[in-house]
Amino acid sequence: MGIKVIDCCGLSCPEPVLRVRGALQDPSLEEVQVKVSAAVARDNVSRAAKSLGWQVGVEEADDCFLLTLSRKAK
Amino acid sequence: MREKTAVIVSGIVIGVITLLLVVWGNPANMGFCIACFVRDIAGGLGLHRAAPVQYLRPEIMGLILGAFVTALFFREFRSTGGANVTLRFMLGMFMMMGALVFLGCPWRMLLRLAGGDLNALVALPGYIFGIWVGTLFLQQGYSLGQAKEQSSLNGLIAPLLAFALLVLLITRPSLLFFSEQGPGSMRAPIFVALLAGLVVGVLAQRTRFCTMGAFRDIILFRDFHLFSGIIALFVVVLVGNLLLGSFKLGFTGQPVAHTEWLWNFLGMGIVGFAAVLAGGCPLRQLILSGEGNGDAMATVLGLTAGAAVMHNFAWAASPAGVSGGTKVMVVVVWILLLAVGWFVARQARENEAKVQQGESLKGQTSAVEVSS
Repeated sequence: MGIKVIDCCGLSCPEPVLRVRGALQDPSLEEVQVKVSAAVARDNVSRAAKSLGWQVGVEEADDCFLLTLSRKAK
Repeated sequence: MREKTAVIVSGIVIGVITLLLVVWGNPANMGFCIACFVRDIAGGLGLHRAAPVQYLRPEIMGLILGAFVTALFFREFRSTGGANVTLRFMLGMFMMMGALVFLGCPWRMLLRLAGGDLNALVALPGYIFGIWVGTLFLQQGYSLGQAKEQSSLNGLIAPLLAFALLVLLITRPSLLFFSEQGPGSMRAPIFVALLAGLVVGVLAQRTRFCTMGAFRDIILFRDFHLFSGIIALFVVVLVGNLLLGSFKLGFTGQPVAHTEWLWNFLGMGIVGFAAVLAGGCPLRQLILSGEGNGDAMATVLGLTAGAAVMHNFAWAASPAGVSGGTKVMVVVVWILLLAVGWFVARQARENEAKVQQGESLKGQTSAVEVSS
Protein backbone atom coordinates (compact mmCIF):
# COMPACT_ATOMS: atom_id res chain seq x y z
CA MET A 1 0.00 0.00 0.00
CA GLY A 2 2.33 2.72 -1.25
CA ILE A 3 1.54 6.40 -1.22
CA LYS A 4 3.55 8.94 -3.14
CA VAL A 5 3.38 12.73 -2.86
CA ILE A 6 4.33 14.81 -5.89
CA ASP A 7 4.68 18.58 -5.73
CA CYS A 8 4.03 20.13 -9.14
CA CYS A 9 3.34 23.70 -8.01
CA GLY A 10 4.43 26.31 -10.50
CA LEU A 11 5.44 23.82 -13.19
CA SER A 12 4.26 24.60 -16.69
CA CYS A 13 2.55 22.08 -18.94
CA PRO A 14 3.10 19.24 -19.60
CA GLU A 15 5.53 18.62 -16.75
CA PRO A 16 2.91 17.86 -14.06
CA VAL A 17 1.33 15.23 -16.29
CA LEU A 18 4.72 13.74 -17.19
CA ARG A 19 5.70 13.42 -13.53
CA VAL A 20 2.37 12.04 -12.39
CA ARG A 21 2.09 9.53 -15.21
CA GLY A 22 5.43 8.06 -14.21
CA ALA A 23 4.04 7.39 -10.73
CA LEU A 24 0.70 6.07 -11.99
CA GLN A 25 2.50 3.38 -13.92
CA ASP A 26 4.27 2.15 -10.80
CA PRO A 27 2.30 -0.96 -9.71
CA SER A 28 3.44 -0.69 -6.07
CA LEU A 29 1.54 2.57 -5.57
CA GLU A 30 -2.07 2.59 -4.39
CA GLU A 31 -2.42 6.32 -3.97
CA VAL A 32 -0.71 9.35 -5.43
CA GLN A 33 -1.16 12.81 -3.97
CA VAL A 34 -0.42 15.68 -6.30
CA LYS A 35 -0.08 19.35 -5.45
CA VAL A 36 -0.58 21.75 -8.37
CA SER A 37 -1.00 25.52 -8.46
CA ALA A 38 -2.74 26.08 -11.79
CA ALA A 39 -6.24 25.11 -12.84
CA VAL A 40 -4.80 23.90 -16.16
CA ALA A 41 -2.50 21.48 -14.39
CA ARG A 42 -5.40 20.30 -12.20
CA ASP A 43 -7.49 19.55 -15.29
CA ASN A 44 -4.69 17.94 -17.25
CA VAL A 45 -3.53 15.71 -14.39
CA SER A 46 -7.14 14.70 -13.64
CA ARG A 47 -7.76 13.81 -17.27
CA ALA A 48 -4.55 11.80 -17.51
CA ALA A 49 -5.30 9.92 -14.28
CA LYS A 50 -8.87 9.10 -15.32
CA SER A 51 -7.71 7.85 -18.70
CA LEU A 52 -5.37 5.46 -16.89
CA GLY A 53 -8.28 4.21 -14.77
CA TRP A 54 -7.59 6.07 -11.52
CA GLN A 55 -10.11 7.85 -9.32
CA VAL A 56 -9.55 11.54 -8.79
CA GLY A 57 -10.45 13.66 -5.77
CA VAL A 58 -9.82 17.40 -5.83
CA GLU A 59 -9.44 19.66 -2.81
CA GLU A 60 -8.86 23.37 -3.04
CA ALA A 61 -6.34 24.88 -0.63
CA ASP A 62 -5.43 28.59 -0.33
CA ASP A 63 -2.85 28.73 -3.04
CA CYS A 64 -3.01 25.34 -4.70
CA PHE A 65 -5.09 22.28 -5.55
CA LEU A 66 -4.55 18.94 -3.85
CA LEU A 67 -5.41 15.98 -6.02
CA THR A 68 -5.79 12.56 -4.51
CA LEU A 69 -5.48 9.84 -7.09
CA SER A 70 -6.38 6.33 -6.07
CA ARG A 71 -6.68 3.05 -7.91
CA LYS A 72 -10.26 2.07 -8.61
CA ALA A 73 -11.36 -0.89 -6.48
CA LYS A 74 -11.52 -3.94 -8.73
CA MET B 1 -16.92 14.11 -22.52
CA ARG B 2 -18.25 17.59 -21.77
CA GLU B 3 -14.69 18.91 -21.94
CA LYS B 4 -14.20 17.31 -25.33
CA THR B 5 -17.42 18.84 -26.70
CA ALA B 6 -16.28 22.24 -25.43
CA VAL B 7 -12.96 21.94 -27.27
CA ILE B 8 -14.63 20.89 -30.51
CA VAL B 9 -17.32 23.59 -30.33
CA SER B 10 -14.61 26.19 -29.61
CA GLY B 11 -12.65 24.95 -32.61
CA ILE B 12 -15.73 25.41 -34.78
CA VAL B 13 -16.48 28.91 -33.45
CA ILE B 14 -12.84 29.98 -33.83
CA GLY B 15 -12.88 28.61 -37.39
CA VAL B 16 -15.98 30.64 -38.29
CA ILE B 17 -14.53 33.81 -36.75
CA THR B 18 -11.30 33.28 -38.67
CA LEU B 19 -13.20 32.99 -41.96
CA LEU B 20 -15.29 36.06 -41.23
CA LEU B 21 -12.23 38.18 -40.44
CA VAL B 22 -10.93 37.53 -43.96
CA VAL B 23 -14.35 38.41 -45.42
CA TRP B 24 -14.27 41.62 -43.34
CA GLY B 25 -10.86 42.69 -44.57
CA ASN B 26 -7.93 40.71 -43.15
CA PRO B 27 -5.41 39.26 -45.67
CA ALA B 28 -6.20 35.92 -47.31
CA ASN B 29 -5.58 32.84 -45.16
CA MET B 30 -4.77 35.31 -42.37
CA GLY B 31 -8.05 35.74 -40.54
CA PHE B 32 -5.93 35.12 -37.50
CA CYS B 33 -2.17 34.75 -37.24
CA ILE B 34 -0.41 35.42 -33.98
CA ALA B 35 3.04 35.73 -35.53
CA CYS B 36 1.83 38.06 -38.30
CA PHE B 37 -0.25 40.20 -35.99
CA VAL B 38 2.40 40.58 -33.29
CA ARG B 39 4.84 41.38 -36.08
CA ASP B 40 2.42 44.04 -37.36
CA ILE B 41 2.19 45.52 -33.87
CA ALA B 42 6.00 45.61 -33.62
CA GLY B 43 5.92 47.50 -36.94
CA GLY B 44 3.11 49.78 -35.83
CA LEU B 45 5.24 50.82 -32.87
CA GLY B 46 8.19 51.42 -35.15
CA LEU B 47 10.28 48.57 -33.74
CA HIS B 48 10.87 47.58 -37.35
CA ARG B 49 10.34 49.66 -40.48
CA ALA B 50 8.99 47.13 -42.97
CA ALA B 51 6.31 49.43 -44.39
CA PRO B 52 3.83 46.77 -45.61
CA VAL B 53 3.46 45.09 -42.21
CA GLN B 54 2.74 47.82 -39.67
CA TYR B 55 -0.53 48.04 -37.78
CA LEU B 56 -1.76 47.67 -34.21
CA ARG B 57 -3.87 44.55 -34.72
CA PRO B 58 -6.75 44.74 -32.23
CA GLU B 59 -7.21 40.95 -32.42
CA ILE B 60 -4.11 40.56 -30.23
CA MET B 61 -5.37 43.01 -27.61
CA GLY B 62 -8.74 41.24 -27.70
CA LEU B 63 -7.10 37.85 -27.08
CA ILE B 64 -5.21 39.09 -24.03
CA LEU B 65 -8.14 41.02 -22.58
CA GLY B 66 -10.59 38.19 -23.31
CA ALA B 67 -8.36 35.74 -21.48
CA PHE B 68 -7.85 38.25 -18.66
CA VAL B 69 -11.56 38.85 -18.04
CA THR B 70 -12.36 35.14 -18.27
CA ALA B 71 -9.56 34.24 -15.88
CA LEU B 72 -10.82 36.85 -13.41
CA PHE B 73 -14.37 35.57 -13.72
CA PHE B 74 -13.39 31.94 -13.09
CA ARG B 75 -10.95 32.98 -10.37
CA GLU B 76 -8.04 31.64 -12.36
CA PHE B 77 -6.15 34.92 -12.61
CA ARG B 78 -2.88 34.49 -10.73
CA SER B 79 0.18 36.61 -10.96
CA THR B 80 2.97 34.06 -11.31
CA GLY B 81 6.40 33.99 -12.85
CA GLY B 82 10.09 33.83 -12.19
CA ALA B 83 10.86 30.51 -13.88
CA ASN B 84 13.74 31.19 -16.26
CA VAL B 85 12.30 34.45 -17.55
CA THR B 86 15.17 35.45 -19.84
CA LEU B 87 15.35 32.02 -21.39
CA ARG B 88 11.64 32.23 -22.17
CA PHE B 89 12.18 35.61 -23.81
CA MET B 90 14.77 33.99 -26.08
CA LEU B 91 12.45 31.06 -26.87
CA GLY B 92 9.77 33.60 -27.83
CA MET B 93 12.23 35.28 -30.16
CA PHE B 94 13.15 31.97 -31.76
CA MET B 95 9.49 31.07 -32.22
CA MET B 96 8.87 34.29 -34.10
CA MET B 97 12.03 33.89 -36.15
CA GLY B 98 10.96 30.43 -37.30
CA ALA B 99 7.42 31.62 -37.98
CA LEU B 100 8.59 34.49 -40.18
CA VAL B 101 10.65 32.08 -42.28
CA PHE B 102 7.50 30.11 -43.06
CA LEU B 103 5.31 33.26 -42.96
CA GLY B 104 2.82 32.35 -40.31
CA CYS B 105 2.32 30.93 -36.85
CA PRO B 106 1.04 27.35 -36.48
CA TRP B 107 -2.49 28.68 -36.52
CA ARG B 108 -1.97 30.35 -39.90
CA MET B 109 -0.30 27.15 -41.11
CA LEU B 110 -3.63 25.39 -40.53
CA LEU B 111 -5.47 28.26 -42.24
CA ARG B 112 -3.13 28.15 -45.23
CA LEU B 113 -3.60 24.42 -45.48
CA ALA B 114 -7.37 24.86 -45.31
CA GLY B 115 -7.07 27.40 -48.13
CA GLY B 116 -5.31 24.85 -50.34
CA ASP B 117 -1.78 26.22 -49.84
CA LEU B 118 0.33 23.07 -50.17
CA ASN B 119 3.43 24.81 -48.79
CA ALA B 120 1.71 24.46 -45.44
CA LEU B 121 1.52 20.72 -46.05
CA VAL B 122 5.33 20.74 -46.04
CA ALA B 123 5.49 22.97 -42.97
CA LEU B 124 3.12 20.78 -40.93
CA PRO B 125 5.46 17.78 -40.77
CA GLY B 126 8.23 20.27 -39.93
CA TYR B 127 6.15 21.57 -37.03
CA ILE B 128 5.41 18.05 -35.79
CA PHE B 129 9.07 17.11 -36.18
CA GLY B 130 10.10 20.14 -34.08
CA ILE B 131 7.56 19.19 -31.41
CA TRP B 132 8.81 15.59 -31.40
CA VAL B 133 12.41 16.74 -30.90
CA GLY B 134 11.19 18.95 -28.05
CA THR B 135 9.41 16.05 -26.36
CA LEU B 136 12.67 14.06 -26.37
CA PHE B 137 14.11 16.72 -24.08
CA LEU B 138 10.97 16.74 -21.93
CA GLN B 139 11.41 13.01 -21.44
CA GLN B 140 15.03 13.64 -20.51
CA GLY B 141 13.82 15.84 -17.65
CA TYR B 142 13.78 19.25 -19.39
CA SER B 143 12.06 21.72 -17.06
CA LEU B 144 12.03 25.49 -16.76
CA GLY B 145 11.35 25.08 -13.06
CA GLN B 146 8.70 26.29 -10.68
CA ALA B 147 7.01 29.64 -11.15
CA LYS B 148 6.27 31.55 -7.95
CA GLU B 149 3.66 34.05 -6.86
CA GLN B 150 4.59 37.56 -8.04
CA SER B 151 3.32 41.05 -7.33
CA SER B 152 -0.18 41.44 -8.79
CA LEU B 153 1.17 44.29 -10.87
CA ASN B 154 3.53 41.92 -12.67
CA GLY B 155 0.58 39.82 -13.83
CA LEU B 156 -1.43 42.89 -14.79
CA ILE B 157 1.18 44.21 -17.21
CA ALA B 158 -0.07 42.14 -20.16
CA PRO B 159 -3.71 43.32 -19.92
CA LEU B 160 -2.59 46.89 -19.12
CA LEU B 161 -0.31 46.94 -22.17
CA ALA B 162 -3.11 45.51 -24.32
CA PHE B 163 -5.39 48.26 -23.09
CA ALA B 164 -2.75 50.92 -23.75
CA LEU B 165 -2.30 49.60 -27.31
CA LEU B 166 -6.05 49.87 -27.84
CA VAL B 167 -6.01 53.48 -26.68
CA LEU B 168 -3.13 54.15 -29.08
CA LEU B 169 -5.00 52.45 -31.92
CA ILE B 170 -8.13 54.50 -31.37
CA THR B 171 -6.43 57.86 -30.77
CA ARG B 172 -3.87 57.13 -33.50
CA PRO B 173 -1.13 59.60 -32.55
CA SER B 174 1.32 60.46 -35.31
CA LEU B 175 4.11 58.48 -33.66
CA LEU B 176 2.61 55.22 -34.92
CA PHE B 177 3.21 53.56 -38.28
CA PHE B 178 0.25 52.17 -40.23
CA SER B 179 0.75 50.37 -43.55
CA GLU B 180 -0.84 51.99 -46.56
CA GLN B 181 -0.32 48.97 -48.76
CA GLY B 182 0.51 45.29 -48.32
CA PRO B 183 -0.84 42.89 -45.69
CA GLY B 184 -0.70 45.52 -42.93
CA SER B 185 -3.18 47.70 -44.82
CA MET B 186 -5.70 44.87 -45.12
CA ARG B 187 -7.69 44.86 -41.93
CA ALA B 188 -11.10 44.14 -40.54
CA PRO B 189 -12.81 47.13 -38.84
CA ILE B 190 -11.33 47.84 -35.41
CA PHE B 191 -14.31 46.89 -33.27
CA VAL B 192 -15.11 43.76 -35.24
CA ALA B 193 -11.49 42.63 -34.96
CA LEU B 194 -11.39 43.47 -31.27
CA LEU B 195 -14.59 41.56 -30.62
CA ALA B 196 -13.26 38.58 -32.57
CA GLY B 197 -10.13 38.63 -30.44
CA LEU B 198 -12.16 38.85 -27.25
CA VAL B 199 -14.36 35.89 -28.15
CA VAL B 200 -11.40 33.74 -29.17
CA GLY B 201 -9.59 34.84 -26.00
CA VAL B 202 -12.51 33.66 -23.85
CA LEU B 203 -12.77 30.31 -25.66
CA ALA B 204 -9.03 29.68 -25.72
CA GLN B 205 -8.75 30.50 -22.01
CA ARG B 206 -11.49 28.03 -21.12
CA THR B 207 -10.40 25.20 -23.40
CA ARG B 208 -6.58 25.72 -23.12
CA PHE B 209 -6.48 25.65 -26.92
CA CYS B 210 -2.89 25.13 -28.07
CA THR B 211 -1.67 24.11 -31.52
CA MET B 212 1.55 22.73 -30.06
CA GLY B 213 -0.10 20.95 -27.12
CA ALA B 214 -2.39 19.21 -29.61
CA PHE B 215 0.51 17.32 -31.19
CA ARG B 216 2.68 17.13 -28.07
CA ASP B 217 -0.04 15.36 -26.09
CA ILE B 218 -0.49 12.82 -28.86
CA ILE B 219 3.25 12.13 -29.01
CA LEU B 220 3.69 11.93 -25.24
CA PHE B 221 0.39 10.53 -24.01
CA ARG B 222 -1.71 9.43 -27.00
CA ASP B 223 -4.13 12.09 -25.79
CA PHE B 224 -6.27 13.55 -28.61
CA HIS B 225 -8.13 16.09 -26.45
CA LEU B 226 -6.61 19.33 -27.80
CA PHE B 227 -6.15 17.81 -31.25
CA SER B 228 -9.90 17.41 -31.67
CA GLY B 229 -10.21 21.19 -31.34
CA ILE B 230 -7.73 22.06 -34.05
CA ILE B 231 -9.21 19.42 -36.37
CA ALA B 232 -12.63 21.04 -35.89
CA LEU B 233 -11.09 24.43 -36.67
CA PHE B 234 -9.36 23.07 -39.76
CA VAL B 235 -12.47 21.37 -41.14
CA VAL B 236 -14.64 24.46 -40.63
CA VAL B 237 -12.15 26.73 -42.40
CA LEU B 238 -11.70 24.19 -45.21
CA VAL B 239 -15.44 23.89 -45.80
CA GLY B 240 -15.82 27.66 -45.47
CA ASN B 241 -13.11 28.30 -48.07
CA LEU B 242 -14.74 25.81 -50.44
CA LEU B 243 -18.14 27.52 -50.01
CA LEU B 244 -16.69 31.03 -50.37
CA GLY B 245 -14.71 30.02 -53.43
CA SER B 246 -11.44 30.99 -51.76
CA PHE B 247 -9.98 27.46 -51.83
CA LYS B 248 -7.07 27.36 -54.27
CA LEU B 249 -5.04 24.15 -54.34
CA GLY B 250 -1.35 24.40 -55.21
CA PHE B 251 2.14 25.54 -54.25
CA THR B 252 2.52 28.71 -56.32
CA GLY B 253 0.68 32.00 -56.25
CA GLN B 254 -0.51 31.51 -52.68
CA PRO B 255 -1.20 34.64 -50.59
CA VAL B 256 1.71 35.79 -48.38
CA ALA B 257 3.67 32.57 -48.96
CA HIS B 258 6.75 31.21 -50.70
CA THR B 259 7.57 27.76 -52.10
CA GLU B 260 10.97 26.95 -50.56
CA TRP B 261 9.93 23.68 -48.99
CA LEU B 262 13.08 22.94 -46.98
CA TRP B 263 12.94 26.31 -45.22
CA ASN B 264 9.21 26.02 -44.66
CA PHE B 265 9.89 22.67 -42.99
CA LEU B 266 12.84 23.85 -40.91
CA GLY B 267 11.27 27.22 -40.06
CA MET B 268 8.12 25.67 -38.73
CA GLY B 269 10.29 23.05 -37.00
CA ILE B 270 11.86 25.87 -34.98
CA VAL B 271 8.39 27.06 -33.94
CA GLY B 272 7.36 23.58 -32.77
CA PHE B 273 10.63 22.92 -30.94
CA ALA B 274 10.74 26.33 -29.23
CA ALA B 275 7.04 26.08 -28.36
CA VAL B 276 7.60 22.78 -26.52
CA LEU B 277 10.55 24.26 -24.62
CA ALA B 278 8.48 27.36 -23.74
CA GLY B 279 5.35 25.35 -22.83
CA GLY B 280 2.96 26.71 -25.45
CA CYS B 281 2.43 27.95 -29.00
CA PRO B 282 2.29 31.72 -29.66
CA LEU B 283 -1.50 31.78 -29.15
CA ARG B 284 -1.23 29.94 -25.84
CA GLN B 285 1.48 32.33 -24.63
CA LEU B 286 -0.82 35.30 -25.25
CA ILE B 287 -3.67 33.62 -23.36
CA LEU B 288 -1.40 32.71 -20.44
CA SER B 289 -0.07 36.26 -20.29
CA GLY B 290 -3.68 37.45 -19.94
CA GLU B 291 -4.09 35.02 -17.01
CA GLY B 292 -1.30 36.78 -15.13
CA ASN B 293 1.55 34.50 -16.18
CA GLY B 294 4.57 36.80 -16.29
CA ASP B 295 6.74 34.05 -17.79
CA ALA B 296 4.39 33.78 -20.77
CA MET B 297 4.45 37.58 -21.03
CA ALA B 298 8.25 37.39 -21.33
CA THR B 299 7.73 34.96 -24.21
CA VAL B 300 5.27 37.38 -25.84
CA LEU B 301 7.79 40.21 -25.53
CA GLY B 302 10.32 37.83 -27.06
CA LEU B 303 7.96 37.26 -29.99
CA THR B 304 7.79 41.02 -30.48
CA ALA B 305 11.56 41.40 -30.33
CA GLY B 306 11.94 38.47 -32.72
CA ALA B 307 9.73 40.23 -35.25
CA ALA B 308 11.87 43.36 -35.01
CA VAL B 309 15.06 41.32 -35.46
CA MET B 310 13.67 39.50 -38.49
CA HIS B 311 12.61 42.63 -40.33
CA ASN B 312 15.49 44.88 -39.28
CA PHE B 313 18.01 42.29 -40.47
CA ALA B 314 15.90 41.52 -43.55
CA TRP B 315 15.70 37.87 -42.46
CA ALA B 316 11.92 37.61 -42.77
CA ALA B 317 10.93 35.59 -45.80
CA SER B 318 8.79 37.18 -48.47
CA PRO B 319 6.73 35.80 -51.35
CA ALA B 320 10.02 36.06 -53.30
CA GLY B 321 11.55 33.42 -51.00
CA VAL B 322 14.22 33.02 -48.35
CA SER B 323 17.59 34.82 -48.39
CA GLY B 324 21.01 33.28 -47.76
CA GLY B 325 21.29 35.07 -44.42
CA THR B 326 17.95 33.60 -43.34
CA LYS B 327 19.16 30.08 -44.11
CA VAL B 328 22.22 30.57 -41.91
CA MET B 329 19.98 31.99 -39.18
CA VAL B 330 17.66 28.97 -39.32
CA VAL B 331 20.54 26.54 -38.89
CA VAL B 332 22.01 28.58 -36.03
CA VAL B 333 18.67 28.76 -34.21
CA TRP B 334 18.20 24.98 -34.55
CA ILE B 335 21.63 24.47 -32.98
CA LEU B 336 20.85 26.94 -30.19
CA LEU B 337 17.54 25.20 -29.41
CA LEU B 338 19.28 21.83 -29.23
CA ALA B 339 21.84 23.37 -26.89
CA VAL B 340 19.13 24.90 -24.67
CA GLY B 341 17.23 21.61 -24.50
CA TRP B 342 20.33 19.58 -23.70
CA PHE B 343 21.74 21.99 -21.15
CA VAL B 344 18.50 22.65 -19.25
CA ALA B 345 17.53 18.96 -19.21
CA ARG B 346 20.93 17.93 -17.87
CA GLN B 347 20.86 20.49 -15.09
CA ALA B 348 17.25 19.67 -14.19
CA ARG B 349 18.19 15.96 -13.90
CA GLU B 350 21.12 16.80 -11.64
CA ASN B 351 18.91 18.96 -9.41
CA GLU B 352 16.28 16.24 -9.28
CA ALA B 353 18.92 13.69 -8.24
CA LYS B 354 20.09 16.00 -5.44
CA VAL B 355 16.52 16.45 -4.18
CA GLN B 356 15.94 12.71 -4.18
CA GLN B 357 19.20 12.10 -2.36
CA GLY B 358 18.13 14.67 0.23
CA GLU B 359 14.76 12.97 0.62
CA SER B 360 16.23 9.52 1.11
CA LEU B 361 18.57 10.93 3.77
CA LYS B 362 15.57 12.53 5.46
CA GLY B 363 13.73 9.22 5.20
CA GLN B 364 16.60 7.45 6.98
CA THR B 365 16.69 9.95 9.83
CA SER B 366 12.97 9.74 10.40
CA ALA B 367 13.22 5.93 10.43
CA VAL B 368 15.91 6.23 13.09
CA GLU B 369 13.73 8.57 15.08
CA VAL B 370 10.84 6.11 14.98
CA SER B 371 12.98 3.18 16.13
CA SER B 372 14.46 5.15 19.01
